[in-house]
Amino acid sequence: MHDKTLSELAGAMANGEFSSRELTDHLLARIERLDGDLNSLITVTSDQARTAADAADAARSRGETGPLTGLPLAIKDLFCTEGVRTTAGSRMLGDFVAPYDATVVAKLKASGTVSLGKANMDEFAMGSSNENSHFGAVKNPWDQNAVPGGSSGGSAAAVAAGLVPAAMGTDTGGSIRQPAAFCGITGLKPTYGRVSRYGIIAYASSLDQAGPMARTAEDCALLLNAIAGHDPRDSTSVSRGVPNYTEELAAPLAGLKIGLPREYFGDGLDPAVEAATRDAIKVFESLGASVREVSLPHTHYAIPAYYVIAPAEASSNLSRYDGVRFGHRCEAPSDLIDLYKRSRAEGFGEEVKRRILIGTHTLSEGFFDAYYTKAQQVRRLIRQDFLDAFEEVDVLMGPTSPTPAFDLGANKDPVSMYLQDIYTIAVNLAGIPGISVPAGFVSGRPVGLQILGTHFAEARLLNVAHQFQQATDWHQRRPAIAEETR
Amino acid sequence: MAIEHADVLRAAHLARLGLSDGDAAHYLDDLGRILEMVDQLQGLDTEGVAPLAHPLDATQRLRADEVTESNQRERFQRCAPAVEQGLYLVPRVVE
Repeated sequence: MHDKTLSELAGAMANGEFSSRELTDHLLARIERLDGDLNSLITVTSDQARTAADAADAARSRGETGPLTGLPLAIKDLFCTEGVRTTAGSRMLGDFVAPYDATVVAKLKASGTVSLGKANMDEFAMGSSNENSHFGAVKNPWDQNAVPGGSSGGSAAAVAAGLVPAAMGTDTGGSIRQPAAFCGITGLKPTYGRVSRYGIIAYASSLDQAGPMARTAEDCALLLNAIAGHDPRDSTSVSRGVPNYTEELAAPLAGLKIGLPREYFGDGLDPAVEAATRDAIKVFESLGASVREVSLPHTHYAIPAYYVIAPAEASSNLSRYDGVRFGHRCEAPSDLIDLYKRSRAEGFGEEVKRRILIGTHTLSEGFFDAYYTKAQQVRRLIRQDFLDAFEEVDVLMGPTSPTPAFDLGANKDPVSMYLQDIYTIAVNLAGIPGISVPAGFVSGRPVGLQILGTHFAEARLLNVAHQFQQATDWHQRRPAIAEETR
Repeated sequence: MAIEHADVLRAAHLARLGLSDGDAAHYLDDLGRILEMVDQLQGLDTEGVAPLAHPLDATQRLRADEVTESNQRERFQRCAPAVEQGLYLVPRVVE
């Protein structure tokens, strides 16, 4: 059961092959047996999962089923879940039990899904390796010496290892796409505003977006159908109709115009990753697509601009953790300032502090215009690069990450870690959607192909990714841990 | 733009983040290298480019000024570290 896709599982349950409860018990047993080493989940919600599975089975017996009824998944521990500990991977929220559900969580519950637990992640979604979690690093199921990527590393690892068929992630600079690439699964970052951010613990509010991580583009489409749409509780969610994302999956790709950004194939790209990427692109040519080179001339300014904008927004968002209303509080504070300073010093990890300090510095008097205003101007130029490219081509393609998953502990220097996100980060600055699909292996570690589209082109991206998955079997490869029969 | 030890301590105080002198020295090195990377932006001419705050250039939507939430103080205070009679407890501020 554990190597099936969501749509296969839905079909099997409809045929009476097994119940949601049986599936849930099977996966909970795998989690119990295998996740001690992988560390992909921070909290396992066995009791709630069994109750939800029983409810789904009861609904099925009454004939009340939807496309996701009884399907299990995991939720990144950045989404508030009522009555369940929600940590954001931080000591600061180590004991925080959310008093309400994020809109995404509420929608998934309403569609009959069964959450098995909360997935590990870099603290407050700040990281590209999942090594910044207060709850310990996550191992890559393909190679336990490798990182799973981040920040949604637990979500990606849990899917790749066959602990859950799908998971929810969030993506602020690549945090869905890069771990999806590193773990050999499919991950979609929707257009900014397509999915409600209500109840998602904020990192950088103008960049954060939630999205599905699964084994196939088809499964991502099923999940996006359930979570997309306007939410009056998130004023940045977009009031715009939601198409049926599964409807266009089968459309042929003949005539598709693909652009290859010159800047995504330059210095720093591992030649073996480049070769896998170019092989994947040849598959599209065989499906009738045409390929041409394009330019995104401001690509190399994306990481510098991001490391002004994201920390600035983070320093503001994280000011709410004051040791008073919720979260960690230091022992025996001498006065209010001591309460704030020590609670925050004890509650936040090193990378979070680094970003709070950078953000506070760049927003402070005397530095604001040189850093923040400048970065926002560059952000417009970066977005314009994409808009210009989409005048010429339908989608852009390139590697999701310049290398396959690196070793645990390999990137000690923060700046070299930041540079890992060179191909994903501009997408968040521009607000456009992107998907990563499995496209090969280098030294036994998966490689991801990134496909980008213009604002609200999710249906097109899912169609293009799905057609690739009809022509290739990279997405069907499983690490040994997922092939175990029990 | 170089960052100095005093800048780190100032940012830490503004952010209400407890930082010893030794911690500040440690962060100074990291922050210096991050800002050096960020300083590449200064080489780009952005004269006349309007800053972009939101990727869709959206404006803030307004709604009718109606009460939509009920008072759930007890529920929301359950996750607070110290509460008494509906109030959050903090060290004495006014002597």
